[in-house]
Amino acid sequence: MTGTMNLTLLVWRQAGTSDKGRLVSYEARDISPDMSFLEMLDVVNEGLTQKGEEPIAFDHDCREGICGMCGAVVNGRAHGAEKGTTLCQLHMRHFSDGDVIYIEPWRSRAFPVVKDLVVDRSALDRIFMAGGYISVNTGQAPEANTIPVPPEKAETAMDAAACIGCGACVAACPNASAMLFVCAKVSQLAILPQGRPEAARRVLAMIRKMDEEKFGNCGNERECEAECPKEISISHIARANREYIKAVLGSREK
Amino acid sequence: MLQSNVPSGPLADKWTNRKNELLLVNPANRRKYTVLVVGTGLAGASAAAALGEQGYNVKSFCISDSPRRAHSIAAQGGINAAKNYTNDGDSVFRLFYDTIKGGDFRAREANVFRLAEISNLIIDHCVAQGIPFAREYGGLLANRSFGGAQVSRTFYARGQTGQQLLLGAYGALLRQAAAGRVTLLPRREMLDLIVADGRACGILARNLVTGALESYAGDAVLLCTGGYGNAYYLSTNAMNSNVTAAWRCYKRGAFFANPCFTQIHPTCIPVSGHYQSKLTLMSESLRNDGRVWVPKKPGDDRPPRLIPEDERDYYLERKYPSFGNLVPRDVASRNAKAVCDEGRGVGPTGRAVYLDFADAIARDGKAAIEKKYGNLFAMYEKITAQNPYETPMMIYPAIHYTMGGLWVDYNLMTTIPGLFALGEANFSDHGANRLGASALMQGLADGYFIIPYTLPDYLAQKGPGTVSTDHPAFKEAREKVEQDVGALLSIKGERTVDDIHRELGRIMWEYCGMSRNDEGLKTALEQIPKLREEFWQNVRVPGKAADFNQALEKAGRVADFLEFGELLAKDALARRESCGGHFNEAFQTEENEALRDDENFCHVAAWEYRGEGEEPGRHEEPLVFENVHLTQRSYK
Repeated sequence: MTGTMNLTLLVWRQAGTSDKGRLVSYEARDISPDMSFLEMLDVVNEGLTQKGEEPIAFDHDCREGICGMCGAVVNGRAHGAEKGTTLCQLHMRHFSDGDVIYIEPWRSRAFPVVKDLVVDRSALDRIFMAGGYISVNTGQAPEANTIPVPPEKAETAMDAAACIGCGACVAACPNASAMLFVCAKVSQLAILPQGRPEAARRVLAMIRKMDEEKFGNCGNERECEAECPKEISISHIARANREYIKAVLGSREK
Repeated sequence: MLQSNVPSGPLADKWTNRKNELLLVNPANRRKYTVLVVGTGLAGASAAAALGEQGYNVKSFCISDSPRRAHSIAAQGGINAAKNYTNDGDSVFRLFYDTIKGGDFRAREANVFRLAEISNLIIDHCVAQGIPFAREYGGLLANRSFGGAQVSRTFYARGQTGQQLLLGAYGALLRQAAAGRVTLLPRREMLDLIVADGRACGILARNLVTGALESYAGDAVLLCTGGYGNAYYLSTNAMNSNVTAAWRCYKRGAFFANPCFTQIHPTCIPVSGHYQSKLTLMSESLRNDGRVWVPKKPGDDRPPRLIPEDERDYYLERKYPSFGNLVPRDVASRNAKAVCDEGRGVGPTGRAVYLDFADAIARDGKAAIEKKYGNLFAMYEKITAQNPYETPMMIYPAIHYTMGGLWVDYNLMTTIPGLFALGEANFSDHGANRLGASALMQGLADGYFIIPYTLPDYLAQKGPGTVSTDHPAFKEAREKVEQDVGALLSIKGERTVDDIHRELGRIMWEYCGMSRNDEGLKTALEQIPKLREEFWQNVRVPGKAADFNQALEKAGRVADFLEFGELLAKDALARRESCGGHFNEAFQTEENEALRDDENFCHVAAWEYRGEGEEPGRHEEPLVFENVHLTQRSYK
């Protein structure tokens, strides 16, 4: 382990959705390179609490990169500059003594700021609600091995299913599009035979809902793929686009 | 006085018999009932979805911003089922037997058998939901082996099985929300249970965005709020996992069973510094291919690759030749502690052992290992900056799962009529130690396949109709919570909530951790009340009540851990034996294994709250074994 470092943080502080926010500067002292980014914020918050100031609000939970709860734009990059990493798994060894770090919430019309770095991502739930599932009631299922699924299909479906719903793709996209989020689910369920019966209905409903929720359109900028902490490929967007065209031209679904 | 309500008849017929006796609710009448489901992990999401599908009016609460983030999502390794797809001799009885033996014979036979019976239905359902389970080349489902079993019965989706199962349950839940049968209430924390006329009839929840206290009335309350591992501060649990909802039910009259049954997971990334906020689990599935070892010589600090084969001690393989690295979690954890106590631990702190993949990589190739464990290796490298393909992982045990929980009868109802507990929040299926890949199975069994049968029986007897939220019980609860919140904010002391939580964690780990003794437990029983007193005099909680205030949320949870920790230590002290995850040094075999006392402690201990400052009451539910012979567990 190398020595500790001192950093300057410029953190977005905003008391509530309707308040005007601003960047506030804080010193983070004696930060160990083995700390995670959120542990560094914990240390800063302990200091603020001791001084009688309000700690910085940020969402977090599992701290192992799977729940999708955490996320902030760090120096202009969603979840920071490390590839395939959530904010909780970003370690301070990737920073240097004396660094100035800008920390801002996800920016998107569809994600109103709740407080400081916390945003409201319920729009993603509502898109999922429009069709991110296979309609099977408990008790209806046939025996599990009835329908074989080639392993390469299962693997590709799993690549898409790895999405943690953090919203980084939206934050990274110049159009604030949620296409990677939407298409990962569309693609997963379109690949699996169990998902085929509803494939047309699903893709139309989810895309329509995405538009209603005021996310932008996909412009093939590929920023989402670059920032996705689970490295989900935009090939899933391509597959979902094919599904969309098939649904519009070749199905009776509206 | 504790009625376990286990059905009569032979073990294999009990659940069928019970299902045939349970009352039903007519489909047209179901919408007249409101069911409050607290928590959206595997148990909560599956219960809310299954009840929505049946036509009940469900309200689903969670503390996160979305139901999809519950901590079930972090489960890595897999889910057990008795499919016997590998033709290696598995059966419902064997899954039952392994689970009850793994739990060191401290679980109810009938519950565990039902769990094994239902296991196959869960796999069928999850496959139909589109869970991308691992497949063989022919397209059929793949299995792997797991600790505590000699068959391969674990289904998995890479190292993200919990995530995939939870997203399946979340999808099912959202499908019901879209159908209007489930109302989603995220960012709500249950702060009290409302009991009127002896029945659970509602909850009081804090809206975590606005800080407002909200009253919800229901015909029944399902508590699916997970375990209490964060009493130890450092654990593999998510930061927001807590005991508050369960604890407040306990204080309203629900008995708390076996709180001392805590599970230490053997394969976690070791602690690196005092700022550490949580410990990260490396799936137990790694023990399928990784070999656990330490140097033979104490203090040998050569890099692992420079330690020759004959100077390494593969202690699990040496001591347990038939199970080897796949012994159950409690056994693996205690052995890791033992070798570190001998001074043979590795890494900068000396509190770690190696988990080495060199042999597996040489045997199967790097690509095969990467396919199985790639995401886990990547996670390890991210946290430690070490590459486990090149150098052995370092692991150490950490608090992981809690087998204790609210006492429930066979129908999953607590001692408060109308209050049910599901998943990790109840105590029922894992005895004193849970086997790997059984938690996902239990959460989904409770939610998809048990509560949809047992809850209607209660509802049918009660009849529809909720109490008004103007009922004095709501008012009383609200005043109490307002008072507590006000008190926390007005102390304005010197110590932060985390600082006190960290100290509680140290006491719990030191004196109520992997290895316990009477003296240590008594120390904990002295220190915890003192710390609690200090908390209420010297804690500093910034901010306001009517706001998004994470420090306040945490303060309420730590206040409850400070009460709960004492009960855990009391329970550990009262149990004059060792079993599974509860190891009291005074009770061990000559080979340092847990020594049970089946004569006097073959029972569930269920604690009753008797008021502030009063000693809680200890009740016993005898465990009767008619189908298995109690043996000293041996994994040699």
